[in-house]
Amino acid sequence: MHSHQSFINIKNGKPIDLNKIPLLEEKAFMEAIKQSIGEGKRVSSYFACSSKEQGFLKLYAVLLDDENQQFMVTQTKINSDKFTSLATVCPQLQLFEREIAEQYGCIPVGHPWLKPVRYHHSWTDQDAWNRKEEEAILPGVGDYFKIEGDQVHEVAVGPVHAGVIEPGHFRFQCQGEEVLHLEIALGYQHRGIEKALIGRPDKKTRHYMDVLAGDTTIGHCLTYCQNIEGLMSTEISERSKVLRGIALELERMANHVGDLGSLANDIGYLPTASFCGRIRGEWLNLTALITGNRFGRNFLIPGGTSYDLTKDQIVVMLNKIKLLEKETEDAISLLWDNQSVLARFEEAGILSRKQGEELGLVGVAARATGLGRDIRTTMPSGVYKKMPISIRTAESGDVYARAYVRGLEIKTSVEFIKKALGELLKNAPNKASQIVSSDSIKANSFIVTVNEGWRGEICHVAITDNEGKFERYKIVDPSFHNWMGVAVALRNEEISDFPICNKSFNLSYCGHDL
Amino acid sequence: MLKEITTRMKQGYKTIKFPAGERPKMTEHYCGRPIVNQVLCKKDCNACVEICPTGAISKEPQLKLDLGKCVFCGECENVCESKAIHFSDEFSMSTSRREDLIVSTDEEFKTVAEMRTELKKMFGRSLKLRVVSAGGCNACEADVNVLGTIGWDLGRFGIEYVASPRHADGLLIIGPVTKNMVLALKKTYDAIPEDKIVIAVGTCALSGGLFALNPETEAGVEGIFPVDLWVPGCPPNPITILDGLLRLTGKIKDL
Repeated sequence: MHSHQSFINIKNGKPIDLNKIPLLEEKAFMEAIKQSIGEGKRVSSYFACSSKEQGFLKLYAVLLDDENQQFMVTQTKINSDKFTSLATVCPQLQLFEREIAEQYGCIPVGHPWLKPVRYHHSWTDQDAWNRKEEEAILPGVGDYFKIEGDQVHEVAVGPVHAGVIEPGHFRFQCQGEEVLHLEIALGYQHRGIEKALIGRPDKKTRHYMDVLAGDTTIGHCLTYCQNIEGLMSTEISERSKVLRGIALELERMANHVGDLGSLANDIGYLPTASFCGRIRGEWLNLTALITGNRFGRNFLIPGGTSYDLTKDQIVVMLNKIKLLEKETEDAISLLWDNQSVLARFEEAGILSRKQGEELGLVGVAARATGLGRDIRTTMPSGVYKKMPISIRTAESGDVYARAYVRGLEIKTSVEFIKKALGELLKNAPNKASQIVSSDSIKANSFIVTVNEGWRGEICHVAITDNEGKFERYKIVDPSFHNWMGVAVALRNEEISDFPICNKSFNLSYCGHDL
Repeated sequence: MLKEITTRMKQGYKTIKFPAGERPKMTEHYCGRPIVNQVLCKKDCNACVEICPTGAISKEPQLKLDLGKCVFCGECENVCESKAIHFSDEFSMSTSRREDLIVSTDEEFKTVAEMRTELKKMFGRSLKLRVVSAGGCNACEADVNVLGTIGWDLGRFGIEYVASPRHADGLLIIGPVTKNMVLALKKTYDAIPEDKIVIAVGTCALSGGLFALNPETEAGVEGIFPVDLWVPGCPPNPITILDGLLRLTGKIKDL
């Protein structure tokens, strides 16, 4: 089986006719995926969609070919009650398969650990665990991987945690202080977004994107806007592209700075913790300066941006950044000079590059293992085509590497923001863009857009029906790829290192639970 | 050590003076408490009602905007040709009662009433809060959390977030209350000793916001617990949350 026959190659944010996607027999479909992943491609998205034929489902695989800067897409038709699991040979598919099982009641045969992902009722009339429609589903309740023995004990944490954070359940199997295994049960944040998106877009859709993961408003909105613009063959102005890039990097700044502060807090190193706590807010305030909202709500709209920056505003921003850049650098560099900080960060929660590949890690967590995965460079869109960003990596794959990569990316992002603002200074501001009407969305089309959010790769796939409405809108937050990384990183670590390991990934609960 | 000290000196003293000093200035496109003008509102126009993503606006019998449902996107203001709705830069918009969140007349906005005397005696100078996210998107969480940083220093008002409901005087709830968090949320509430207060932060917690119609959520805290403080916003600016807390504990009294 040659992969060029099994897949159609498509570009980031460019729609194709739905009928151009090769429709394979299930066996050939699975073989093609297995072979391609073996050759170094990775899974961006893998999901089911209801089929017009009773008793069948469509299954779509969207693989990412980093080397050739393109997606490889294929589909198959499966019986609605079961399909073949690839999880044991392609671990990065395991959560996607569980998601399909939960959403459509379709069982991945051969899955080694088939548990619910979000603890909700099936979207169809069949349930993978035979749970009754009228029965309430208790989140986090079910089998957990268990280690038995006199010296072994179990620690359960959450869903409610000690800090001001989102809910999730963590179950540790420990021998003394050592974690032998960690299993993470999520779903507490499930708000039913993907199901609610079917049949749209409408006036609500854009606002859903604002809150998919509220700390990644710009990343998810950008990806959504590019999907809509692609489906309508709309080009946005060069200036809007620059504004969007600035917003995406400001979002990265705020979160990276916040994460380094939180890491310092978790090891009791208070100078950086307290400085970064404040400085993070200052970066958010820069987003508020452009948009009126610290998280950039309502800033990106299909067609461009709701606001532009005047020359005066740009000068104000540049002056603020000048000051803030120094304060940020000072606060963070304390970490790398302090022996007791390094003693806690180094060799904690190691993931090797090979593990990163197998698990399908994305974002900072992937780059910390040496994997050069950064969509801004590998599949750039918008302003990143003209203003390239260099990929920052580390090799050691530990907490230190994940922290250090953030530190490097902060520098890159500041330079980018300053340069981009400089570009804007050359021209007069545009009028605010008009939201393009979603009436003329291409029917029967397929589009996939990815962007490098601050956590990593954000992937949205839209499939439209006869009328240009979403037959399916599939969202993959980077957290969906990376949660398993947290669990694996904890193996054979001391349980007291859990907070810094977890924080060094800082994954989204709501972005995972949707 | 020397580097820590010099960095500390360079960082300076950065805590906001609020509520003392000048009133903080909000940024240009900030959407604060909306003002509704019945006189300008055209009776035969329904544009604002139609564009609102959360059904926060109604015109029966006259123009009303429910801050408990509003996500502060400002689209109603953009679409209104007669300028009957305007989002001001007023950040003080928390209330004590759910119904006070509905803006319809030019009457004075009924802001937060100070907590009743016996509660104030207990909590006025020391209020410990347990924060639970029940479907929050991590934006309200972030802006609740930020009040604890040196930029805001919530501790100077005797207000602190605590790690156990047993140590708490009240529950601060974020998110539309997902079905999957109801049990944990109720258990947390039950574990807080009497007397206790409940604070709902953000549009999701107030009404379910964008998720109000999704069967996966409970459409906010209303009807689950008695609520003492409603803080609107998506997310509320930290100053809106702080303003509400300070009014509740009697540290800001003017309007």
